[in-house]
Amino acid sequence: MLQNKDKIFNNIFGFQSNKLSYALKRGDWDKTKKILSLDHDVIIEKIKNSGLRGRGGAGFSTGLKWSFMPKTLGERPHYLVVNADESEPGTCKDRDIIRHEPHKLIEGCLIASYAMRAHKCYIYIRGEFANEAKILQSAIDEAYENKLIGKNACKSGWDFDLYLHRGAGAYICGEETALLESLEGKKGQPRLKPPFPAGVGLYGCPTTVNNVESIAVVPTILRRGENWFSKLGKENNTGTKLFCISGHVNKPCNVEEEMGIPLRELIEKHAGGVIGGWNNLLAIIPGGSSTPMLPKQICDTITMDFDSLKNAGTGLGTAGVIVMDKTTDIVEAIVRLAFFYKHESCGQCTPCREGTGWMWRLLKKIASKDASPRDIDNLLELTKQVEGHTICALGDAAAWPIQGLFKNFRDEIEMGLKLKKIAAE
Amino acid sequence: MDELRNINIKIDGIEISVPQGSTVLQACEAAGVEIPRFCYHEKLSVAGNCRMCLVEMERAPKPIASCAMPASEGMVIKTSSEMVDKARKGVMEFLLINHPLDCPICDQGGECDLQDQALYFGKGETRFENSKRAVSDKNMGPLIKTTMTRCIHCTRCVRFANEVAGVEDLGATGRGENVEISTYLEKAVTSELSGNLVDLCPVGALTSKPYQFVARPWELTKTESVDVMDAIGSNIRIDSRDGKVLRILPKNNESINEEWISDKSRYAIDGLSKQRLDTPFIKIKNKLQKVSWDEAFEVINSKISKISSENCVGVVGNQVENEAIFAFKELFKKLNLNKILPFQKKLIFSNENRSNYLFNSKIKGLDKCDYLLLIGANPRVDSAILNARIRKNYIHRDLKISSISSQHFDLKFNYDYLGSDVKILNLILEGKNKISNDFKKANFPMIIIGDEVLQNDCSLDVQKVSISILKKFGGFNKKWNGFNILHNYASTVGAIDILSEYSDYNHSALKNDINNNLIKFVYLLNADDFDFDISSCFVIYQGHHGDKGAQLADVILPGAAYTEKDGSYTNLEGRLQYAQRATFPPGDAKEDWTILRALSEKLGKKLDFDNLLQLREKMFNSKKMLKFDENIYSSEPKIITKSDFKSSKLNYENKNFFMTCPISRCSSTMAECSQVKD
Amino acid sequence: MKKKQLKTDNYKLCNIDQVKVDEILDKYPSNRKASAVIPLLHYVQKKSNGWLPVPEIERVAEMLDMPYMKVYEVASFYTMFNLKPIGKKLLQLCHTTPCWLRGSDQIEKSIFDTLKIKDGETTPDNMFTLMKVECLGACVNAPILQINDDYYEDLDYKSTKQLLNKIKTKKNIKPGSVIGRKSSEPYDKNGNINVTK
Repeated sequence: MLQNKDKIFNNIFGFQSNKLSYALKRGDWDKTKKILSLDHDVIIEKIKNSGLRGRGGAGFSTGLKWSFMPKTLGERPHYLVVNADESEPGTCKDRDIIRHEPHKLIEGCLIASYAMRAHKCYIYIRGEFANEAKILQSAIDEAYENKLIGKNACKSGWDFDLYLHRGAGAYICGEETALLESLEGKKGQPRLKPPFPAGVGLYGCPTTVNNVESIAVVPTILRRGENWFSKLGKENNTGTKLFCISGHVNKPCNVEEEMGIPLRELIEKHAGGVIGGWNNLLAIIPGGSSTPMLPKQICDTITMDFDSLKNAGTGLGTAGVIVMDKTTDIVEAIVRLAFFYKHESCGQCTPCREGTGWMWRLLKKIASKDASPRDIDNLLELTKQVEGHTICALGDAAAWPIQGLFKNFRDEIEMGLKLKKIAAE
Repeated sequence: MDELRNINIKIDGIEISVPQGSTVLQACEAAGVEIPRFCYHEKLSVAGNCRMCLVEMERAPKPIASCAMPASEGMVIKTSSEMVDKARKGVMEFLLINHPLDCPICDQGGECDLQDQALYFGKGETRFENSKRAVSDKNMGPLIKTTMTRCIHCTRCVRFANEVAGVEDLGATGRGENVEISTYLEKAVTSELSGNLVDLCPVGALTSKPYQFVARPWELTKTESVDVMDAIGSNIRIDSRDGKVLRILPKNNESINEEWISDKSRYAIDGLSKQRLDTPFIKIKNKLQKVSWDEAFEVINSKISKISSENCVGVVGNQVENEAIFAFKELFKKLNLNKILPFQKKLIFSNENRSNYLFNSKIKGLDKCDYLLLIGANPRVDSAILNARIRKNYIHRDLKISSISSQHFDLKFNYDYLGSDVKILNLILEGKNKISNDFKKANFPMIIIGDEVLQNDCSLDVQKVSISILKKFGGFNKKWNGFNILHNYASTVGAIDILSEYSDYNHSALKNDINNNLIKFVYLLNADDFDFDISSCFVIYQGHHGDKGAQLADVILPGAAYTEKDGSYTNLEGRLQYAQRATFPPGDAKEDWTILRALSEKLGKKLDFDNLLQLREKMFNSKKMLKFDENIYSSEPKIITKSDFKSSKLNYENKNFFMTCPISRCSSTMAECSQVKD
Repeated sequence: MKKKQLKTDNYKLCNIDQVKVDEILDKYPSNRKASAVIPLLHYVQKKSNGWLPVPEIERVAEMLDMPYMKVYEVASFYTMFNLKPIGKKLLQLCHTTPCWLRGSDQIEKSIFDTLKIKDGETTPDNMFTLMKVECLGACVNAPILQINDDYYEDLDYKSTKQLLNKIKTKKNIKPGSVIGRKSSEPYDKNGNINVTK
């Protein structure tokens, strides 16, 4: 279990104030100038070496992503855009960083922007987080007033402007190119790739989009050293991570833990265990709604990191752990997710626009038990027709939970259909 | 232009080399491999949203959208693998689940991309058990009928409206499966190019309102021809059945109209069957009476023999083919008459040099142009297709445009408005205006002179200074001629070509003659848009519609409209194009050159050609005409004038784009369109 | 291109503070004014009783030199923009899986029992509108009800009823968890704060 001294987010529950004076006491903004005296590429190299993988879901090496930005500042300005459009069901970690540790994020924005030679950074926060946006804005104002950001930020010689931009209710804006479209004042419809944002991003300029958590951990990594971070967790899955444990647990909560912690330990130590005991567990969605669920027998032993979850046919995603006990109507649980994806499809490309609605309707039919095994086959084929054929990953995200459902519970579901039929006869 | 390297790429085992910047889809086409698609259109930006064009790329885990993926060196593409087949069938099924099965009552039937491709990639049975999506139809004005349940959200229409037409009222609202294509608050599409939306729609969501339920494509006789609604000579296809023109579609010609035609070119055709002159008439006691051709000719014969040469004038209309103009001239020559007016309105230019009155940069030159000055031109009204071409350069290459005109017109692109006084040209020439710098920087500068100038007494002055400006700033060389006259009518250039050596009669001379009561006898060849008073003259009207000319006529000789005769037209670039007959003229009406030929015989001055071939041979043998090479730029124009700018303010003339000729004035569709615009 | 005439008919545009508008516009490059469309729509919506009448949309378009249709597309795409009038208190009930697992159906029932409104309906006194929404991003505090800008967390049937009744009787309510826990901490029903020391 992660020791307190190795925790990055010491105020994640907000027991202390989020004001600058308290943040300073917690070690934020400590010798930032010294960090900014390092060469841009040295910082990128350090982040690469820390093993930090993106905390927004895909788990791509943060340092490597930064290194895709042009090495010199040309005619087009560089931009860092922070993705605070936290909307993946099961995920609510960025909200707490913003509410309770805003200065970690702001300092991270400065350092990351400096590393990527960006003088401007936008934080795109989901529209529903109106209060969180207010808190973050006042933290930004505080940082400006104390000359931590702005012209000659932290007296480093680097000019840095940070802007907060509110979205207005669209899950798809969490997709990085949809987010950029939205930030440019358009509908949040993902762009075709290539070109990638590092080449053509915000306003056609080189841009990197990072998750809030990825950016907020950067100052601590650089202060404590990349080796400190890389020694935590497991190989290739280093560091600490904020986990969100929701659903059927006794004490749902957010918690920072080491990467690679066993799932059972995570739930029992921090979330008070599954309601009715571990044996009452039915299944767990390990990394936000789009990751396929795991049945209890895998949950018994699985560890929470990118690679082992990938090997188990699912993913760490955002580390939003959704726990479902044996009272759960598991089909209905996924119907709700299927509806979510149908609702959040931007409508741009055919498979997602038409497929998400059809998948939801068919799954709803199966949930009503007024269906045949043939419907299950059709539904699974539909998921394959959507998966991999769309402009962005939302199509995949809509298909996977359904595939996960039938991979683990097909027999039970078919039995349910049969029983209903018999009862009807 | 940048030197383009070629890229080698392998498609289904075929190695092929394509220019850098090509997409995989273009490379596939080059390799002769057909890729199904809905949203992709080569004249529009890439949307990549239909997902029909997915292909397999080696080393990629997922299929890629070939329309959006740039081809790169060494790529290996498969288009007939299982992965691709599954992807296409999957996408097709998704497109069809909410598409109604109403092909039997859909006007797109038989020429529907979805129908065609469903044949290859469709499942033949449906697994979708729910109700299909209900979508309310949208009002888009008098030309476009919508059936929005059929929409497959390819957004071609939205992209066309935004990119080509410059209409920003079209968009897709909502999201997910509730996305709907609509105009803003369901207003009519206000564009002169809106009919092209119908062509672009790959399904039956947007169909032609005037054409609804009229015919099936396989019943139609298709005739390739040339449009006469403006001076650019858009290439068209005339679809007819049972001797009636049912619709007109654009025919691709990259040098002229690309894939578009204006709404007038497309939709004025209902005017072809209204108020037609289908028999000769003569006026007796102020009433027109039907007569035979012989009787009509006899009346002319009796009149013309008493008239002296100076009392007689011939007027050529706006939509007359070269052959008729030539026969007209030959007849006048035989009769020793030399007053022929090549066009009806006052338009001042000097015709010594052919480049004096042509659009010398060519329409295609608009793509190359890097600075454009419009003088007294409103191309959106006068030449909608040409305007779209300017906009294309404006959108894709940031073309800088300035304009001197009577008003700050809405041209669907932004430009620098320099006011209505053409004297500013002197400052530009002297390098004393910021525009001088724009000219200096440009490699391919263009000046387009429109009819606000041509109708003004300052016309020659403006032309002369324009030439000087271009000369000073590199507007003339072997590879470029930046001087352009924007004509508005199909026959103007042909008439000047044919008549300039025979007659230098012009509008102001005619006005003088009329004021001096000299004119007694007027022969109107399809002329209905003149602005002089001939009510006291003996008037022959040869033409196809009962319009202004026919109302004044003492003798009416019924001719053929442009869809009813073989004829050639010279467009504003000086390009000769042939129109083909699609249907026959109504009743006793005849092709125009044959009327002139028959009349000549009656008058005892028989023209020496007996068929169209002989006529053309004679016509082409006359000196000035009809050499055209897209890639050769004509020599510098020359104007001799004092250039003292006696007048210099350009005047506004109110024009209605939809009604500019007898055909469009008779069209109820055009009348409806005019209502919308007002 | 020509400026269009703003058509307001009989509608009276809401009052906006130009200083505030400029503050929003200042965040974006001057040639990228369209970026301000969402913030401005938020601002105008707040000023015009929580929804966006057509003239307000057109005004935003004018301010940003955007075509009306582009702004309308944006307003229709994002769920937070209301194109129809709503009640004074907008109840947004999350019904996605994590909230559903913790009883969001009961919250829906509680709202119906208290206010007699279903999804999309407004109370006759124009006080409350209920909208069922997708994940609000506070899953460990499920179930969530957002009332205007504020999140109310860890609800159940009874506490929802109490909450609504307090609003009805104009009593003060405090946003956040209704069971007294501090944000997303692990919280024992017995009131013991369980922080790993």
